[in-house]
Amino acid sequence: MRRFLINQGKSLLDNTRRQHHTTRRFLSILPSTSAPVPVPVPSRAPLVSLSRFLSSTSKMAASDSASSLPVTIDSINPKVLKCEYAVRGEIVNIAQKLQDDLKSNKDAYPFDEIIYCNIGNPQSLGQLPIKFFREVLALCDHTSLLDESETHGLFSTDSIDRAWKILDQIPGRATGAYSHSQGIKGLRDTIAAGMEARDGFPVDPNDIFLTDGASPAIHMMLQLLLSSEKDGILCPIPQYPLYSASIALNGGSLVPYYLDEATGWGLEISDLKKQVEEARSKGIAVRALVVINPGNPTGQVLAEENQRDIVNFCKQEGLVLLADEVYQENVYVSDKEFHSFKKVARSLGYGEKDISLVSFQSISKGYYGECGKRGGYMEVTGFTSDVREQIYKLATVNLCSNISGQILASLVMSPPKPGDDSYDSYIAERDGILTSMARRAKTLEEALNNLEGVTCNRAEGAMYLFPRIDLPQKAIEAAETVNTAPDAFYCKRLLNATGIVVVPGSGFGQVPGTWHFRCTILPQEEKIPDIVNRLTEFHKSFMDEFRN
Amino acid sequence: MALSYDSLNENVKKCQYAVRGELYLRASELQKEGKKIIFTNVGNPHALGQKPLTFPRQVVALCQAPFLLDDPNVGMLFPADAIARAKHYLSLTSGGLGAYSDSRGLPGVRKEVAEFIERRDGYPSDPELIFLTDGASKGVMQILNCVIRGDGDGILVPVPQYPLYSATISLLGGSLVPYYLDESENWGLDVDNLRQSVAQARSQGITVKAMVIINPGNPTGQCLSEANLREILKFCYNEKLVLLGDEVYQQNIYQDERPFISSKKVLMDMGSPFSKEVQLVSFHTVSKGYWGECGQRGGYFEMTNIPPRVVEEIYKVASIALSPNVSAQIFMGLMVSPPKPGDISYDQFARESKGILESLRRRARIMTDGFNSCKNVVCNFTEGAMYSFPQIRLPPGAIQAAKQAGKVPDVFYCLKLLEATGISTVPGSGFGQKEGVFHLRTTILPAEEEMPEIMDSFKKFNDEFMTQYDNNFGYSRM
Repeated sequence: MRRFLINQGKSLLDNTRRQHHTTRRFLSILPSTSAPVPVPVPSRAPLVSLSRFLSSTSKMAASDSASSLPVTIDSINPKVLKCEYAVRGEIVNIAQKLQDDLKSNKDAYPFDEIIYCNIGNPQSLGQLPIKFFREVLALCDHTSLLDESETHGLFSTDSIDRAWKILDQIPGRATGAYSHSQGIKGLRDTIAAGMEARDGFPVDPNDIFLTDGASPAIHMMLQLLLSSEKDGILCPIPQYPLYSASIALNGGSLVPYYLDEATGWGLEISDLKKQVEEARSKGIAVRALVVINPGNPTGQVLAEENQRDIVNFCKQEGLVLLADEVYQENVYVSDKEFHSFKKVARSLGYGEKDISLVSFQSISKGYYGECGKRGGYMEVTGFTSDVREQIYKLATVNLCSNISGQILASLVMSPPKPGDDSYDSYIAERDGILTSMARRAKTLEEALNNLEGVTCNRAEGAMYLFPRIDLPQKAIEAAETVNTAPDAFYCKRLLNATGIVVVPGSGFGQVPGTWHFRCTILPQEEKIPDIVNRLTEFHKSFMDEFRN
Repeated sequence: MALSYDSLNENVKKCQYAVRGELYLRASELQKEGKKIIFTNVGNPHALGQKPLTFPRQVVALCQAPFLLDDPNVGMLFPADAIARAKHYLSLTSGGLGAYSDSRGLPGVRKEVAEFIERRDGYPSDPELIFLTDGASKGVMQILNCVIRGDGDGILVPVPQYPLYSATISLLGGSLVPYYLDESENWGLDVDNLRQSVAQARSQGITVKAMVIINPGNPTGQCLSEANLREILKFCYNEKLVLLGDEVYQQNIYQDERPFISSKKVLMDMGSPFSKEVQLVSFHTVSKGYWGECGQRGGYFEMTNIPPRVVEEIYKVASIALSPNVSAQIFMGLMVSPPKPGDISYDQFARESKGILESLRRRARIMTDGFNSCKNVVCNFTEGAMYSFPQIRLPPGAIQAAKQAGKVPDVFYCLKLLEATGISTVPGSGFGQKEGVFHLRTTILPAEEEMPEIMDSFKKFNDEFMTQYDNNFGYSRM
């Protein structure tokens, strides 16, 4: 994974040089400009100026093209070469090396630990799991505990009751068995009930597909929708790079629409329209619109009014609405509220026959942050039965998602209720985490806004801040001399000076000529003041070094 | 409607996955109507009553609820070695079961897998070339995704095959190049036949890039001999094919003449130039063996002779899905380093695992013998894996009746079997078979005490079916 971007640039170069043994089909999807982009982008300037990396090939090992091995870098699927996933890219690899080196070489660095703000992985930064959920999972994993009297001394009574209830929903009480490919029916019933309670509209458990996290669900839907580069998916820019990567792997085209930083990352329907028309004029059939709400990496929470416009737009244009709602429980401001697209569509009076809507949810986010469990689901509505069968078939090829992730997905939709043994501790844990996240978001946002040349919209929701850095020309030039994107240059300097790991904005896409980075709000609260100090000091010295 | 069937990805529409196809759906319907169904369609042991091994469940329960480790009473419910092991695995994570791991899996568990492979094969294994996955299926998909560029790329797949391969190759838009296993030679693999398959594919302009072997075989249950594996590896060397070794049933061996030998060991035994140049990816899982932990979705693959830059690309694609689920990674760690003699839990663990394997061995025998006692049914012995794959010699009358019902003959037979007995099987056509020959696949997993009754009810159905359609001539050929 090291040097994804460089590798990619190199391989694109190689491909271009060796046109004769790369099929025309693959080359044709590269834009005719000299700057390759992560996925075909039919309008505006390239999202990521990869051209900056193209000359940085000196460090690469000798090409294995000369080898007679069947599988070499030159003979693998070019879609694999083309996709990128910056959240775990070059900077994270540098960070991991620094972390290893820190163990033996403590005095060589001006910091004593690496702080990973690159990925929304709360429990890796010390957030504790919600105890009730884990009690239930432990009991379901080792069911003979339920027969032991000592168990009552170690587990809450409602966790024991809940474990029994869940086991009764699993055929044969077999937590080690493959389940129905959509997930265990009883668990889907619980999730459907939770969604009904949230939205006030009916949910059919047969519309729910439980998956190993939201990512495989999104990948599955894109696989269904994309046949070739003639199929396009509207994605926000900046976007979570799962979308660009999955579109590239599936051989489709990413059709970008830009979120407006000046209006708190607002979504303009007029821009959507323009992008769709432009894509269509290039022969691209736009199949779906991706909306991430609350936004990743941008942290905005959409207003209901805006969501209505989006739903109407999808209806008019005949687009599938892919609603990434994995941060639905992460809202930090009192003037905004999460509304599901399902609720907005149904409130407008649109039913099954009016709009095709897929909503994605995950157990990795929220206050629970159970990333390692790989649990999630999608609710699929407004598709004909023949399309539904195809979605089901795709789910069956992978047999089923992991059972403990399925159980947890049902638990977060049916947490302890008032009167239950665990209720008070559960509420304290949940609110403790959410209010702390809100404070951390606020503190970091204010600190960033105090930096010279940095502006940062508030994190209304999700887990990220996405500050814009007005980099001095001298810094941009310095980045160019080392063949690095200016924001990546800044982020590497930040890492080497402070141990703080963030992701350059170029990994998410940004308006050309602007520079950002994404920073999670997840380090434990007691560490935030120190992070602010380190960041502030670093930024000051960076600006002192490069100020025009 | 925004999305019509016509506009869907053609590769998705083309893909077939029989293990959960028409028969399974009908069985689920009948079950809802209150009929007792015996699901022998999927290798899913716990669903049919196999109890999970105690020790790994204790360890994972403690990892799920790490606060128990601080409770002074934890020793009343958990043995000391399970507690120690839970602490060990938690120390390998960066935030317990709730944090994403490295996209390739926890480094500490990959090291344990490498040590297991070294003990098994007697050759070193590099943890950096081992990736943990959400089940072996995900691993197979990752590798095929990397290999297949388009329909000009072919993958050699045994027929009959496990339909994961045909389904994934379709989804990725590649070409399946079949090679036939020889039923009369106990599903042996003939290298001349391989050569023919490759020559034919090449004459059609297909670049054959990889070869899949399933050892022990699914659905066919045969174990490959060392000599046969050598021939296969030599063939891959000569033809420049990467070998994908599906070895998920390596613990499931039911005879003593042909123990499991890994492709990696045979390759290393062959020495240079083979051991340096043949590219190999081997797959394993926690879903099979005597573990049968299907619901965990845990697996790994090990790469041999794959260039570092390709490994990086595979890592990159793995990183898009963030990480495999962490509890299954711990199951994998436990599978490759189970309790040792002298450990508190050793006796119980050994008793449980031996009990399961010995019972599977007996069931394999009961099932093969049961099928061979039926009219117009012949069945090779299940040497390994979890399946019986009898050939059903359908009389012309039955084939005619199937045609009238608009069904493939073996689907017709299996549906009738399901309606009459509740036994849910998978028709051979879902795995591929020679034209005009019909099979079905059952697992050998129903509880041992139910086995005689199941085989009796099968025999009763089959013999009546054969009598009903028998007109004494023109059987579908052997």
